[in-house]
Amino acid sequence: MTAPLVDIRAVSHRFGQHTVLKNVSLKIEPGSYTILLGPSGSGKTTLLSILGGFVTPSEGKVLIRGEDCTAVPPAKRPTTTVFQDYALFPHMSVGSNVGFGLRMQGIDAATRTARAREALALVGLATAFDKKPHQLSGGQRQRVALARALVVEPAVLLLDEPLGALDLKLRRQMQDELKAIQKRVGTAFIHVTHDQEEAMALADHCVVMNDGRIEDEGPPERVYARPATRFSATFMGESTLISGSVTAAKDGTITVATQVGPLSLTGTLRAGASLAVAVRPEHLILGSAAGAVRLGTAKVSDVVFQGSFKRVLAVSEKDPALHFIAKVPAAATVQPSDIVAISCDAGDIILLAS
Amino acid sequence: MRALVRIFSWLYAVAVYGFIFLPVVVLVLFSLQATSFPIPPFTGPSLRWYDAVLADTRLTSALLNSLLVAALSSAVAVTLGFLSAWGFARFALPGSALLRGLITLPLTVSYLIIGMGLLVLFNWAGIPKSLLAAGIGHVVINLPLCFAIIYSQMGDHQINIERAARDLGAPEWKVLLLITVPVMAPAIFAGFFLSMTFSWDEFVISFLLTRFDTTLPVEIWNLLRSGLNPKTNAVGSLVFAVSIVLVVLFELMLLRRKPA
Repeated sequence: MTAPLVDIRAVSHRFGQHTVLKNVSLKIEPGSYTILLGPSGSGKTTLLSILGGFVTPSEGKVLIRGEDCTAVPPAKRPTTTVFQDYALFPHMSVGSNVGFGLRMQGIDAATRTARAREALALVGLATAFDKKPHQLSGGQRQRVALARALVVEPAVLLLDEPLGALDLKLRRQMQDELKAIQKRVGTAFIHVTHDQEEAMALADHCVVMNDGRIEDEGPPERVYARPATRFSATFMGESTLISGSVTAAKDGTITVATQVGPLSLTGTLRAGASLAVAVRPEHLILGSAAGAVRLGTAKVSDVVFQGSFKRVLAVSEKDPALHFIAKVPAAATVQPSDIVAISCDAGDIILLAS
Repeated sequence: MRALVRIFSWLYAVAVYGFIFLPVVVLVLFSLQATSFPIPPFTGPSLRWYDAVLADTRLTSALLNSLLVAALSSAVAVTLGFLSAWGFARFALPGSALLRGLITLPLTVSYLIIGMGLLVLFNWAGIPKSLLAAGIGHVVINLPLCFAIIYSQMGDHQINIERAARDLGAPEWKVLLLITVPVMAPAIFAGFFLSMTFSWDEFVISFLLTRFDTTLPVEIWNLLRSGLNPKTNAVGSLVFAVSIVLVVLFELMLLRRKPA
C-alpha cells in the first residue's frame, strides 16, 4: 500500500458568491492516466487550476508526494500544465520553448538543447527544433506544449482540454499518441475534458464531475457498465432511464413499480425507496426474448443508420414521457412507427438509488 | 455633372493637402536658398545654410541635448508606462477604472499648465532649471501616452503565456523580462518612438524648465528672435526630418504587431 501521488482532501472553492467546488476529495495514483470528465461549469477546470497552483482553494488541502502544496505557487510545485491554447512563447523558437523550464532550473545550454531535442523526438517533432511556433499547425503546437511540459520531468502533468481545439480526426489521432506517450514516460497525467469518448479511450481512472462534485470515479469500464448516479449514467454514454419506487423487498429481490409496470429485480433497497432503472442502448432488446425482463411496448419514432449499427429511438406506449434509446445491428429491419416489444436481460439493468 | 463632382473633389483634396503641407514645403525649399533671405525668388539649391547650422556649436549642442533628453525621457516613460499597464492588466485593483483614467489624464492637460506646475514644484523642491528638469517634464507628458498604447495591446491571450512561464519555474521578474517584454516589444517600441517624437518637438516645457543648456526647439526660438533667415529654415528642416523618421518607426512597430 503506497501513498497516493496526489491527495486532494475536502477541497471547496468559491468565486465570490458562486461555489464551484463542493467538498471534493480525490486520490491520484503514480503512473496513472486520470480523466476529469464533466460538462462546462462542473468545476473540473477549477480543480485542475488548483492542482497547478493557479488557484488557491477556499477550503481543503492538496498534497503532492505527501507534501502540502495547497498554497505553493506554480513555479515551485512538481506539476506542469499543457494549456488549452498551448500558450507557447511566440517570440522563441520551438527548441527554446521546450528548453525554457530547464533554463529556469539553471541547466547549461548544451544539456538543455540535448534534452529539448529528446523531448521533441518523443512527441514526433524532432525536425521542428529551429522553427517558430507560428510556423506549426495546431496539432504540432499541441505536441510542442506537451514536450515543453514533460521535459522538466514533473510528478504530475496537467492537461486542460488539450485536444479541444483540434478537428475530430486529429483529435482521435492525438488521443492515441497521448496514451502512448503517457505509457512511455510513466508520468501521472491528469486530463480535463467534456468528451466522454476521449475519457473512455484514455483513462485508467475516470472521474465524472457535475455541479462542483464528484459524481462517480473508477476505471472507465466500471463507470460505464455500473454508473453510480443518474448523472454519470447519462453523461458517460447514453442510457434509457425508467423511474420508479420499491413496493416490496424480500430476500434480495425487490419489486419496483415503474412507468412500464411492475418489475421484479435483484437488489437490496428498502421498500418505499425511489430509484431509477438505467439500461445502456446496446442492452435493450427489440422483441421479447425468453427469460428477459419485459419493458412493455413502444412506438419507434426514429431510426438513425450509423454505419456499424442503427440507433433506434422509441416512445413507450404506457408512458409517452419515457424514451427508449437502443442500438441494434445495422441489418435489423426496424422502421419508424413500428410497434415493438422491448426487453432486456436482468443482469444488464443498472439500479440507481435517488 | 459627374465630371464636375470629380473635378471639385480633386480640387478639394489638393486644397486640403496643400493647406497641410505647403508650409513644410516652403520651409524645406527655402532652407536650400543660396542668398540671405528665405523669400522668393528661389535662388538655390544650395547647402550653405546646412553647413552654417552644423558649424554653429550652440545649435549642434542643442541638437545633441534634444536627442539625449528625448531618448532618456522616453526610455523612462516607456518603462513606467509598461509597468503600470502590466499592473492594471494583470491584477484586480480597487478602483481600477478610476486609476486608469487618472493616469491618462495628463494627455488632456495643456503643456503650459504642466510646465508651470513643474516650474513651481521644482522651485519649491530646490531642483534647478536644467535638462534633467525638462526631461522629467517630458516623462510626465509621455508616460500616459506609453501607458495607453501598451495597455491597449495587452490582451488576455498573453495571460496564459505568462502562466506557462511561471508554471515552468520562472520567478516573476524573469516572466516580465523573458516573456512579457519580448511579446509586448512592438507596443513598447511604438510607445518609445512616439514619446521621442513628442519630446523632440516639445517647446513649452523645455522653455520653462531649462536655462543654459537647452533643447533644439528652444534654441530655434532664440534664433528666430533675430528674424528669419535660411538658417532657421535649415534647422527646422532637420527637426522635421528626424520627426518623420521617428513617426515612420512608430508606424512600423505598430503595424508589425499583426502576425501573432
